[in-house]
Amino acid sequence: MNEEIKTFTISLYTENNIGLLNRVSAIFQRRHINIESLTTSQSEIDDVFRFVIVVNITEAQAAKIVKQFEKQIEVIRAYYHTDEETIYTESCMFKIKSALLFEEPQIQNIIKDSNSRIVTVNKEFFVLEKSGRRHEIESLRRDLNVFGIMQFVRAGRIAVTKDEMRVTDMLMAFNNHNN
Amino acid sequence: MNTETENKTQEVASKTMRISGSEAVVRSLIAEGVDILYGYPGGAIMPVYDELFKFQDQIHHVLTRHEQGAAHAAQGYARISGKVGVAIATSGPGATNLVTGIADAQIDSTPLVCITGQVFSHLLGSDAFQETDIVGISTPVTKWNCQVTKAADIPAALAKAFYIAKSGRPGPVLVDITKDAQVGELDFEYVPCKGVRSYWPVPKTNPADVQAAADLINAAKKPMIVWGQGVILGKAEEELKAVVEKAGIPSAWTILGASAMPTSHPLNIGMVGMHGNYAPNKLTNECDVLIAIGMRFDDRVTGKLDSYAKQAKIVHFDIDPAEIDKNVKTDVAVIGDSKDSLAQLLPLLEAKSHDAWLQEFKDLYAIEFEQVIKGDIHPEKEGLTMGEVLRQINEETKGNAAIVSDVGQHQMIACRYAHFNVTKSNITSGGLGTMGFALPAAIGAKMGAPDREVVAIIGDGGYQMNIQELGTIFQTKVPVKIVVLNNEFLGMVRQWQQLFFDKRYASTEMTNPDFVTIAKGYYIEAKRVKTRAELADAVKEMIASKDAYFLEVCVEKEDNVFPMVPTGASVSDVRLS
Repeated sequence: MNEEIKTFTISLYTENNIGLLNRVSAIFQRRHINIESLTTSQSEIDDVFRFVIVVNITEAQAAKIVKQFEKQIEVIRAYYHTDEETIYTESCMFKIKSALLFEEPQIQNIIKDSNSRIVTVNKEFFVLEKSGRRHEIESLRRDLNVFGIMQFVRAGRIAVTKDEMRVTDMLMAFNNHNN
Repeated sequence: MNTETENKTQEVASKTMRISGSEAVVRSLIAEGVDILYGYPGGAIMPVYDELFKFQDQIHHVLTRHEQGAAHAAQGYARISGKVGVAIATSGPGATNLVTGIADAQIDSTPLVCITGQVFSHLLGSDAFQETDIVGISTPVTKWNCQVTKAADIPAALAKAFYIAKSGRPGPVLVDITKDAQVGELDFEYVPCKGVRSYWPVPKTNPADVQAAADLINAAKKPMIVWGQGVILGKAEEELKAVVEKAGIPSAWTILGASAMPTSHPLNIGMVGMHGNYAPNKLTNECDVLIAIGMRFDDRVTGKLDSYAKQAKIVHFDIDPAEIDKNVKTDVAVIGDSKDSLAQLLPLLEAKSHDAWLQEFKDLYAIEFEQVIKGDIHPEKEGLTMGEVLRQINEETKGNAAIVSDVGQHQMIACRYAHFNVTKSNITSGGLGTMGFALPAAIGAKMGAPDREVVAIIGDGGYQMNIQELGTIFQTKVPVKIVVLNNEFLGMVRQWQQLFFDKRYASTEMTNPDFVTIAKGYYIEAKRVKTRAELADAVKEMIASKDAYFLEVCVEKEDNVFPMVPTGASVSDVRLS
């Protein structure tokens, strides 16, 4: 298997369990794998949660670690995918002094060109929101940094896969088996 | 109340009862068939102990002298009986003292349910007296764990705990129960857990994989089997024997696989691994097909991975998909329950014998016997050896005893030389290598199989790590036989210091107390043997004793265990001296 380090998106379909995040992070910690980003949310199935975790590892590591996740009682299914196999995006927010909007007219062009959106404006500051790929967000941050950013925050990657996940089939198989 | 309503109330009452959470704990245990558990009381678990007191005619609580002892005793019970072991402790230090046993059970796949008391739920996170985050602490070493804060959740949590502990690849689970959940009330009805939708304990075996495995085995000229504890956990001893005999394959075992097939079986070629037998280690790198069954290619088994069985096709039978390709890349993986997959394999195998290949093992055994075994079990030097003690025990027990060992030199000698006729007879701390395991585990083992002879073989170091459990033996009168092989050293570490650290014996020499006096202090019959002339009679007396018996054997101080695959060396570089 390829020993090249690549970005993998690990997707977990899980039960909602308080301790599960601890189990998930312990699996990375034991193997000295740095989590680039981690997002949890509701999945497409009611009562099933989804973790989207981005890591830079080899494919051999990804294959092994996904089996370790599947071994956890509350993990329904675990997968790993390359960037090419997913549609993914990140989002971020900037808080910037409102005065700059008028003092630095360029900012208005930056906002327009970057497809970002003003969420709110008041006398002191305005908040800008942007979704997109990492390099787009980074480029926007660099452009705005010149004028001063009061606060910046970026959320972890969210991703859907090009392949079907078939988690519903699996849950239905369980229900049929046990009823 | 009219008769009709009365009948209805009784009907409901027979299905559900209004009881306390702590009574629900005990009733749930009884419903799971638990008749014995090991533990230690304390503040946050007292309501459950109060119920254990009331139900003592149905469930027997063994008071150990330390919670670590309770966890290991539950392990010993589980390992010999194949049932779930149960340990119970209070919050805080009570719970943390269980952790070593839990970690041991996790790495050795032992089914354990640990119940811990916890502070009131309104105090959680407040650094309350004896509060510790045991769920957080135990997460990496449990198959599953949870905290219960409501009485009504107790039966379902315990049902799930037992189901998870014993199903699939077994393991320890921990259920932490807050004191308010124990004293709260619920309508009790016990419904055993039959499944968890996110958990498939036994993956289905793919017949095509079994066929592929059979094809490789049938075509092999020099096949070799290495089986592990998966055979015992899967109750597949008969299926293994049938496969081994039909295909005529020389078969070796890992330390935890020992006793699944009798020592005397002509195709049993001994133990693999760091202190395993010469032939199976050496010939791992000569076989053409290596069939691993219910084992996990631990580093102590494989030595240097880059030069482990590189010439062979690897077939791996395991219930846990995470073990496949974890350490050794397989050519054919057969995932599933060993009893089922081996039964599927059997009719596909051609009946064969591999006499010339088997002879290679015999020839290497002859070399090992000459250079190592003879001196170990029939020594001519003055000092006593650990090996001759094992030989004596074999003779007295006819190979029918369960041997419980700790970790270190005595453990390797016990595993190498003990004769096993019966499965589930080698109870030792394999993966975690826990000193202090054997004494409490032997207590649990004897209670889990009262009709069997249980002999604990322990080093002088490990013995002192849980020596307080002599108190449990005294109080319960459990007739375990304890053999301390005393070399006044932490022998295995000393051996490494001799071989790899220029004999700098840093903190390995032990000034020991009078072990016989200590045992006698607990009113346990005890004897010390210093010479060969006394050994046979002492072992005979110990085995003949109807009660617990302590035997100290003062062995040679600086003996080494060989063969040895040094860390980082290839299995074929196994040393005889």
